Amino acid sequence: MTQGLSARALGCVRAGRPVFSGLSFDAAPGEVVQVRGANGSGKSSLLRLLCGLLPPARGSVHWHGRPVAPGNAALAAEAAYMAHASGMHGELSVNENLRFALQLAGGDTTAAHVAEVLQRLQLGAQQHRPVHRLSQGQQRRLALARVLLSRRTLWLLDEPCAGLDTQGDAAFAQCLAEHVARGGIAVVTTHHAIDTGTACTRTLDMDQ
Amino acid sequence: MDTLQRVDATAAPRGTGRRGWRRLAAPLVFHAWAGRALPWFAGLAAVLAVAGLYVGFAVAPTDRQQGEVYRIIFIHVPAAWMSMFIYLVAAGHAAIGLAFHTRLSPLMARAVAPTGALFTVIALWTGAAWGKPTWGAWWVWDARLTSELILLFLYLGYLGLVSAIDDPRRADRGGAIVLLAGVVNVPIIYFSVQWWNTLHQGASVSLTAAPAMAHTMLAGMLLMALACWAYSIAVALARVRCLIVEREALARQWS
Amino acid sequence: MLVAIPIIGREVRLASRRPMDALSALFFFVAVGSLFPLGVGPDAALLTAIGPGVVWVAALLAVLISLHRLFLPDLEDGTLEQLLLAPRSLTGIVGAKVVAHWLVTCLPLVIVAPLMGLQFGLLPQAVGVLLLSLLLGTPTLVLLGALGAALTLGLRGNVLLALIVLPMCVPVLIFGSGAVSSTQQGLQAGPHLSLLGACLLVAGVLCPWATGAALRLAVE
Repeated sequence: MTQGLSARALGCVRAGRPVFSGLSFDAAPGEVVQVRGANGSGKSSLLRLLCGLLPPARGSVHWHGRPVAPGNAALAAEAAYMAHASGMHGELSVNENLRFALQLAGGDTTAAHVAEVLQRLQLGAQQHRPVHRLSQGQQRRLALARVLLSRRTLWLLDEPCAGLDTQGDAAFAQCLAEHVARGGIAVVTTHHAIDTGTACTRTLDMDQ
Repeated sequence: MDTLQRVDATAAPRGTGRRGWRRLAAPLVFHAWAGRALPWFAGLAAVLAVAGLYVGFAVAPTDRQQGEVYRIIFIHVPAAWMSMFIYLVAAGHAAIGLAFHTRLSPLMARAVAPTGALFTVIALWTGAAWGKPTWGAWWVWDARLTSELILLFLYLGYLGLVSAIDDPRRADRGGAIVLLAGVVNVPIIYFSVQWWNTLHQGASVSLTAAPAMAHTMLAGMLLMALACWAYSIAVALARVRCLIVEREALARQWS
Repeated sequence: MLVAIPIIGREVRLASRRPMDALSALFFFVAVGSLFPLGVGPDAALLTAIGPGVVWVAALLAVLISLHRLFLPDLEDGTLEQLLLAPRSLTGIVGAKVVAHWLVTCLPLVIVAPLMGLQFGLLPQAVGVLLLSLLLGTPTLVLLGALGAALTLGLRGNVLLALIVLPMCVPVLIFGSGAVSSTQQGLQAGPHLSLLGACLLVAGVLCPWATGAALRLAVE
């Protein structure tokens, strides 16, 4: 396929031990891929392979038809990765962290847009609070705010709903639906199904 | 929602079709070759060592100034040469491994490094043993000995790093970076230590041999140097065979 | 280039929020420099002779103990992954982090060093050369230390970091303290300072690139 993300016969090795092999899938614009699997099945490793932090032991990743190597600039410019760790420094405030992350990665730093996204994720009142004072769910929402504001086509999200309450879950599902409606792609690891409404969703089960 | 199944990979064929020397780049082929070559190098090392020690301790004449003590150069100088040479060899393997992604090169670097560290210790030890009767002190901060000491730290840093990292890929490539950083630094360190030595003390106490060497002394040192070289190769081959077996056992888990 | 400003700004802001962390290197520097006279005795001639070396060794050790703060917090909170994924030159990012670390850690050292020089009884022109040699030498120490920190990132224990970094720092130590000793003895410091400058150039060109490669390995 020429548009979107595809993986061909991916194999992953962590610390010398094989995690998975022979993994292939495609994700076209407008699709959400939900990655399910038991602990240790390699969900997080798959995301790291896709964004280029981890080189694949076998196989290859393709973005818009062209193969992607670790450190590849083409993918870096179009992908947003949300790891288990939020990527925010505890001593800095919400605003300061967002501003740094967006200046670094390139994204929408307009004050009005930032405020609007924070408001939507119920972080509007926390703008000047240091991040270590936020709860885990609030820190997850902050990481999500960064992803939203980065204006990237490909979202690679590792357990984005960890620690979120039902309100947060709903807000996230809505953001995800809007993202793919705009033609974006999302690969999301999760333990439970995310309701993305009418968006085309496929499930990748790591246990098989 | 459709469920995507995982597709079984078709097994990639093992490296085939290489000719001649390049076949040896495959670890399993090298393992077999090393097993055959090992006894030859070990035998060569033994023969050369006996010959070198005989020349050094029985044939070479007594030095006029230093008496019998000078004979320790027959161990000290070859050990010092080998310690530096082996570091260059390890750095060479590191560079090849980084540039060409060969599987064997990081293993070869890991195999030769402990022997290099050993020779460095021997050079330091024999240097001190020579210094005591000759100049009255166990350690004289001679430029060469100090450089050897720093070389020992470089070896220990590399060995410490590769043994502390569990992930083989990170250990190989991280170790290669350390070796290459070290090899760039070695001339700078050597130059700076020379500079430091001449700056701070006028008397040049050099542990290199006397200016005019009898032919027999030179022959003895050369024989010992070749013996050390053959020994290093034999030990490195033995070590790399163990490393190859370990790595292949890990790789077998794929199939 | 532009990525340097947010990175440096962030590090300076973090240092101002936690000044004790940032100044720990400075306290260590002063402590080591004060321990030597206590160890060797108050003989002024002896202290003047060992002064340049002591100040330089103290600076080297202070840089060494501050290195864990260079990349480890970023690894732990996930910022390092975002830095690696940013569509910017990794060499530039590493260079910016090194500059930021130098500003926060070494600039206080350099400012306080002349006081230590006077404590050891160095001549005024030697104190000036001390300042200049530290200005030229400490960036090299931080560059080399960054490489060591990236290679040992996430590993337990600090000894390995010291073992890897110290041999590479020996030339800088020799040229730096040599410059001050020469001036103290009335000789030219020019050659030493030129060599320090050359070391800085070589380290500045090679270290950020190698450090970036080591960071990619550490995050895998």
